[in-house]
Amino acid sequence: MSQNLLGTARCIFQRDLILAARKPADVATPLAFFVIVSSLFPLGVGPEPDVLSRLAPGVLWVAALLATMLSLGRLFAGDHADGTLEQMTLSPHPLTPLVFAKVAAHWVTSGLLLVVLSPLLAMQLNLPAHAMGTLAVTLLLGTPVLSLLGSVGAALTLGVRGGGVLLSLLVLPLYTPVLIFGAGAVTASASGLDTKAYFSLLGAFLLLALGFAPWATAAALRISLD
Amino acid sequence: MYKYASPKNFYALAGRLIPWLGTITLLLFVFGLYLGLYVAPPDYQQGDSYRIMFIHVPAAWMSMFIYVMMAGAGLVGLVWNIKLADMLATASAPIGASLTLMALVTGSLWGKPTWGTYWVWDARLTSELLLFFLYMGFMALQAAIDDPRRSARAGAVLALVGVVDIPIIHFSVVWWNTLHQPASIGSLGRIVSPTIYPSMLHPLLIMSIAFFVFYFTVVLIRMRGEILARERHTGWVTQIVRSGMETQGKFP
Amino acid sequence: MLQVVDLTCSRGDRALFEKLSFSVQPGELLYVQGANGSGKTTLLRTLCGLSQPADGEVRWQGTPIGQLADDYRSQLCYIGHANGIQGDLSAAENLRFGTCVGGADSHADIAAALERVGLTKAARLPAKFLSQGQKRRLALARLLVVTKPLWILDEPLTALDVHFGAIMNERLTAHVAAGGLVVITSHQELAVTGPISKIRLDS
Repeated sequence: MSQNLLGTARCIFQRDLILAARKPADVATPLAFFVIVSSLFPLGVGPEPDVLSRLAPGVLWVAALLATMLSLGRLFAGDHADGTLEQMTLSPHPLTPLVFAKVAAHWVTSGLLLVVLSPLLAMQLNLPAHAMGTLAVTLLLGTPVLSLLGSVGAALTLGVRGGGVLLSLLVLPLYTPVLIFGAGAVTASASGLDTKAYFSLLGAFLLLALGFAPWATAAALRISLD
Repeated sequence: MYKYASPKNFYALAGRLIPWLGTITLLLFVFGLYLGLYVAPPDYQQGDSYRIMFIHVPAAWMSMFIYVMMAGAGLVGLVWNIKLADMLATASAPIGASLTLMALVTGSLWGKPTWGTYWVWDARLTSELLLFFLYMGFMALQAAIDDPRRSARAGAVLALVGVVDIPIIHFSVVWWNTLHQPASIGSLGRIVSPTIYPSMLHPLLIMSIAFFVFYFTVVLIRMRGEILARERHTGWVTQIVRSGMETQGKFP
Repeated sequence: MLQVVDLTCSRGDRALFEKLSFSVQPGELLYVQGANGSGKTTLLRTLCGLSQPADGEVRWQGTPIGQLADDYRSQLCYIGHANGIQGDLSAAENLRFGTCVGGADSHADIAAALERVGLTKAARLPAKFLSQGQKRRLALARLLVVTKPLWILDEPLTALDVHFGAIMNERLTAHVAAGGLVVITSHQELAVTGPISKIRLDS
């Protein structure tokens, strides 16, 4: 009996998690970046608690965007260099779900950890306690979109000169809706407003990205391997 | 019709069309500017400064239209592997980027008398700024990839993702804008409302058509350049280059 | 049957080869020869469907491989220049992953395959500590666990010593004798008995 699609996707997911566990520095670096960027803001704008709590949603979300973008480099580059990506492309299973498994593993080792870290940084920036839950939920809904959209950029810039900087140019403009509604929800929640509409919209972005991005990434990977 | 899909025939066809389209563009611009600058009356609130709208609005419309064209051409190139479609996408990008930049600059110049400052995070201007970044990304990606076919295909995928994201970006920016800005400032978009006077609407329409024909003229010129660059090793291109040099007396 | 019809491949502006046609029958080995840069690797990648040809097509059982997609890839095992080995996984983990992605039996006998390529002792070692030859053997071990009729092999004998070179030649002979198809490039002499056809790309 040959390995089915689900089994192969699980194989890829598990392998990427094992690799992340064996190279913790790769996972930790973007997280450290997230912490450092958010910590620099008080030094730049001053430590007044009111100013910081007003800036906190935007700062945390922009830092999350940048940290995710930094972590995108390792999504395909290693597999591209050692030939694993060729093997994946030649798998008897369609590439789109296999790509999805890789992106899922990327999110678990980047976006999900940002969610875990976020309350700490929110405290540092004096975000009201009742908005912290909203911050976590928006990051939980938004960071998968960042991983998904980012995977398209990572696949397109594979093996291209100046890939890292180029990646940021391709991906950051696409991230703006998530930034607007992610930070918007936290701001609304901090001022005691209802956040349901924001959550629904972020959820809709997530569904759209789930449907569209893995397909585009698979197409981009085939183009990059040609 | 099908025979024009070959680069060689398209090159000849485009060469015949360009002078006509160029003339039409010029006439439309002259007529549109005449109507816009002389015939249309000054606005009762903004005086003469509103007239920059006759450049700003068509440029903004075209900047969106060209991105959609790029994505459409990219899709055609990706699915049916048609070289001309790839070239259309590649040739469109710098025109789209220039018009986006023009919309940004004219918008900011318009902003000075209207809002008293060159830059306001107005919904239309912010959308145009993000669109400008998308164009930059597209061009940077294509420039970074040497192989013309990979470059075209990668650009197509990016343009398709972009074209899905643009309405979402626009919608997000409008939402964000209404949330963060007092309504009294008034956005550029609201000035061009359906209640506009015919004497102002007509030049706007004519200028829009002028920009439209302008785009097709320039894109054909750029596509001819692309065709020559990509087919430079084929016999017919060598022949064109040779005969061109002969007429200039450089090639005895 | 693998069939190539009027295949033209180019890199940048330069045509590597034009209007190439040939076919490989079951039980046949095609030995692709040519100087460096003559397009051997490009041809092999095009046969896999990794690279798109400028013109012409590749057919499997009479159908263009682009239409077959997954159905073609399930018949194919490709081993290219890159070994597809991740240095931070052990040899056994690498082989298990390669097998899994290749869509082979989930209960494939990894240990036996590693023994055949002489890597039993190194099975639990991170693959980054393996020598070039050991890495090559690990990549080739996929051929033992993934049972596919069509093998496309780019310089499989590179970095192999005499002993394992001979074993590889035996495997090729056995595969062809069992009705398999092989398309191969090699700078080392092949010692395969059976029907071999040759094609030179730079002639």
